[in-house]
Amino acid sequence: MKLTLSLNGHSTELVAAPGARLLDVLRDAGCTSVKRGCETGDCGACCVLLDGEPVNSCVVPAAFAADAIVTTLEGLNDDPLMRRLQDCFLEAGAVQCGYCTPGLLLVAWQRLREGGELTEYDVRHAMSGNLCRCTGYAKPVRAVLDAWEAMP
Amino acid sequence: MAFCDFKLHKPESVTEACRLGREFGRTCAYMSGGTELLVDLRSGRKKVAHVIALGGLKELREIRRDGDTLHIGAQATLSEIAEAPLVHEVFPALAEAIVTMAGVQIRNLATMGGNFSCGVPCSDTPPITCAAGGSIVVAGPDGEREVAARDFVLAPRTTVLNPGDIVTAIRIPVQPTTSGASFQRFTMRRGSALAVASVSAWLNVEQGVITAARVVMGAVGPIPLFAENCAASVVGQAPGDSVFADAGALAAAEAQPISDLRGSEQYRRDVVAVLARRALACAAARAEGRTS
Repeated sequence: MKLTLSLNGHSTELVAAPGARLLDVLRDAGCTSVKRGCETGDCGACCVLLDGEPVNSCVVPAAFAADAIVTTLEGLNDDPLMRRLQDCFLEAGAVQCGYCTPGLLLVAWQRLREGGELTEYDVRHAMSGNLCRCTGYAKPVRAVLDAWEAMP
Repeated sequence: MAFCDFKLHKPESVTEACRLGREFGRTCAYMSGGTELLVDLRSGRKKVAHVIALGGLKELREIRRDGDTLHIGAQATLSEIAEAPLVHEVFPALAEAIVTMAGVQIRNLATMGGNFSCGVPCSDTPPITCAAGGSIVVAGPDGEREVAARDFVLAPRTTVLNPGDIVTAIRIPVQPTTSGASFQRFTMRRGSALAVASVSAWLNVEQGVITAARVVMGAVGPIPLFAENCAASVVGQAPGDSVFADAGALAAAEAQPISDLRGSEQYRRDVVAVLARRALACAAARAEGRTS
């Protein structure tokens, strides 16, 4: 099955086996920030933005991405807000093994873009679909709050 | 890499979806957000040759007011429902139940239609819909019918849906201003966790006296369970701590929990007693306008 979608800002044609998940085709297309984690929709490591909203790509059939706009972390390399968020993660020591980091960055980026007040609870709520077994969450939460405070 | 072998169908109308479901019978499954089905297909719990995706049916995504009813399209995502001003206006306890379900990535996909159709005992939206006196609109090969939410789930993962039937909407009556509802849930973590137990309470309070009550328990029985004795015990009473504590104990006795990795049978009963007391107190405060 051939699939046309906008992937990280470029119109892209991908080949997907019947029953393939969005997770599979994105990794095959070189977007390895999309991690294969629990594969049951629980851990958030495979998070991508589908038409601008975070979803777990392990529970999305590839066929659903036809004509959709898909953004992975690779697509936000030059985004100023993402750069700032990444810097804050580094400065706060919010990355250990790094497996959950792309998913955390995407949901945090999306939450920061929504704007409005941001409390520690809000950050934890926004990130509650992303499991991290290394950091204990305190430093990633700090990093997001740091990025928010640095926003113009 | 194919992770399971099925043909994906994307019907363009409810009629076509029903026809496909009847044609393929047990060899097919309907899919809403896919957050349950794709996991079941992958684990081998379910095996089907055809998956009929309902998410593309735009007419099933509407959230609107129909006279004295809140109409929630079966394919509206949980995020859309939790954020809809109309839901907050008509029945805020539903948004309260949804906002703590799973994580945002799942709420952006999952739907109430899927939640009901799966009939999983620890689901959160069926019990609160039952407490609201809601109903489920079902379209099938022979037309449309409306089923009371409390009659919809028959047993774990078993509902009144026949082959070719799909849920098209959840309908919740606009609530009297003298009523209030609350959803209370206990989980091992505050996010991304399934319920150990939940209690949904709905009360109508007139001139300081409870005139009607519904209490529905989730994750402590094969289906959403009405705590009839608990609800009956508060009717005719004035809202108060001791009334609600006694009612909580009745709910605990009416629960039918199993022991599993989320909690033992006895633990769940103890949790139900507390949740029921809190849900009743919160619903009463809302009914009397003491809190929002």
